[in-house]
Amino acid sequence: MAASCVRTVGSFLGKCTKCSSSINTVATQVLLSRQVCVSSALCRKNLAAAGPEKFTLEYIQKQVEEYEIGKRHLANMMGEDSENFTQEDIDKSIAYLFPSSLFEKRARPLMKHPDEIFPKQRAVQWGADGRPFHFLFYTGKQSYYSLMHDLYGKILKIEKHQDRLRAKGLFSQDAQLISLGPSRWLTKEELELLLVETISTHDYDRFIKLMERMLAMPYSSTEEEFVQRYRRQLEAQSMKQMMPPLEKDENGVAFSTAEGRRKTSDSSVILRDCGSGHITINGQDYLQYFPVLQDREQLMFPLQFMGVLGRFNLECTVSGGGRSSQAGALRLAISRALLSFLSEGDGEAMRQAGLLTPDPRVRERKKPGQEGARRKFTWKKR
Amino acid sequence: MIVNNRCFNVCFIFRPFRVPILTGCHSSIPLWWASLCDKKILNQPLEKPDFFRVAELFSLKDLFDARVHLGHKKGCRHRLMEPYLYGCRLDHDIIDLDQTMEHLQLALNFTAHIAYRGGIILFVSRRRQFGHLVETTAKDCGEYAHTRYWQGGLLTNANIQYGPGVRLPDLIIFLSTLNNVFQQHVGIRDAAKMNIPTVGVVDSNCNPSLVTYPVPGNDDTPAAVELYCRLFKMTINRAKDRRKQMELLHGLSADARERRHV
Repeated sequence: MAASCVRTVGSFLGKCTKCSSSINTVATQVLLSRQVCVSSALCRKNLAAAGPEKFTLEYIQKQVEEYEIGKRHLANMMGEDSENFTQEDIDKSIAYLFPSSLFEKRARPLMKHPDEIFPKQRAVQWGADGRPFHFLFYTGKQSYYSLMHDLYGKILKIEKHQDRLRAKGLFSQDAQLISLGPSRWLTKEELELLLVETISTHDYDRFIKLMERMLAMPYSSTEEEFVQRYRRQLEAQSMKQMMPPLEKDENGVAFSTAEGRRKTSDSSVILRDCGSGHITINGQDYLQYFPVLQDREQLMFPLQFMGVLGRFNLECTVSGGGRSSQAGALRLAISRALLSFLSEGDGEAMRQAGLLTPDPRVRERKKPGQEGARRKFTWKKR
Repeated sequence: MIVNNRCFNVCFIFRPFRVPILTGCHSSIPLWWASLCDKKILNQPLEKPDFFRVAELFSLKDLFDARVHLGHKKGCRHRLMEPYLYGCRLDHDIIDLDQTMEHLQLALNFTAHIAYRGGIILFVSRRRQFGHLVETTAKDCGEYAHTRYWQGGLLTNANIQYGPGVRLPDLIIFLSTLNNVFQQHVGIRDAAKMNIPTVGVVDSNCNPSLVTYPVPGNDDTPAAVELYCRLFKMTINRAKDRRKQMELLHGLSADARERRHV
């Protein structure tokens, strides 16, 4: 139940009316003596309505100065050169001076430049005489609308250019579209960061549509630099397999090295094109290391699949895990090393057979309240 | 105090009026600004009826060539626009260009005085065809524009929308008083609520009642809208240049007087 407080009418009036000068003083004296019950909801501040915390410019400047001074002190403490103390050095020193084993990395002690800590916010938008700086200030979303305005201006410019060329008779439909390469448009969040103001999904869609419209016009290559500002490069995803390089050792024997992982085992294999079919694992013979037939079959499978059983010499190292997972790791490493000796078609066949896919299965953790990862405790009806 | 321009008296073309000094209930004139402005600079333009000679900027023929007289069809006619219409030809309303001339001169004169006194002018138009043109005009004058979706509390809830201590526009110029659904633009009502004078181009389907300085004319043809933009831009630039000249003039004369005294 909300706590209600008793207030006098005088304070209530003072809160609610700004200009109470018109109220008769005699009347107020009579009214002030009466007690009025007022709920605390009136004096409770709506904290959510204020929005994110705002920092003044002076406060942030003070933080920057403190950061610079602190950086010098830290450098002196660590015995380093205070002039060339980079952010990485700062991070290392802080990790050394304040060791923390907290799992959440963001909860650990941190010392960064205030620009990275405090969110970017807008400075005051108008000058001393009250006139706003930006001509679209009164729209509410000045950066977004000014971006749309500039974009539309560029479209008009391109259309005028097209008209001029058409008048001269030099217009050609298939000329000079912008080549973008593997890139994507800025996401809505990235655009909001860029503009330092919030935009709705509707606004974002309109922006993308207008950009696409500009890109579809014939002579849009003049605005390429402007468009690239709102694009992010994607790493080109190649469909080709990454094969280990084929090297030659001193005796002229071709060999290739590859690595493989399975569960907690790591293995590394050197495949030599000798012709003998010898296999060594961690210095031991493979019969000795893997007494079980199943593990030896796993080793042989890639070579038997390709029909090159007696051709290669294998020198393997493996660590971690149990016998089955070590065998699986070795199998993956052997398949990868084989890729450099085989043709594209054979490599594709290996991929289809599943020899080149790393097995992602790892041990699932045990959960509290259960016997194991999935097994629950025995259920008893009573 | 705002000029009451409700009488359609044709005898006086330029009746003397009092220019509002920074309207808007949340604006506060900084003391240093008020003290800097010499009284002479502020009062001199008020002595002549057409101090900025805005009547020379356009003629009736310009208005006719820009097709300002073309209204909408008879069915779209607003009742309150009937005094401004010359007549109706084959169901098309024709706006009386003589009345448009006077109203446009008044409006341009008022705009010039506001710009002379350093007021904030906001250009508003919700027509997508002319949005870019209006924004460019505003940018060229050094004033402000709003051709986008009008958020409800822009004028009435300004302190919360923009931050405390924001200065509201001193004049709003509507190049089209209707919004995209053919209803009256919210800005007209809000400006009237906030005591901000408005200049508006009212077509034959618009309601001119809340606009302080209505200018009956066509708001659909590109030629007409380009004419209005050009006229407003020229008046504002003229007024600002005149202000700079006056400040220089009076500044010089003040220096000369000081030197003589010393």
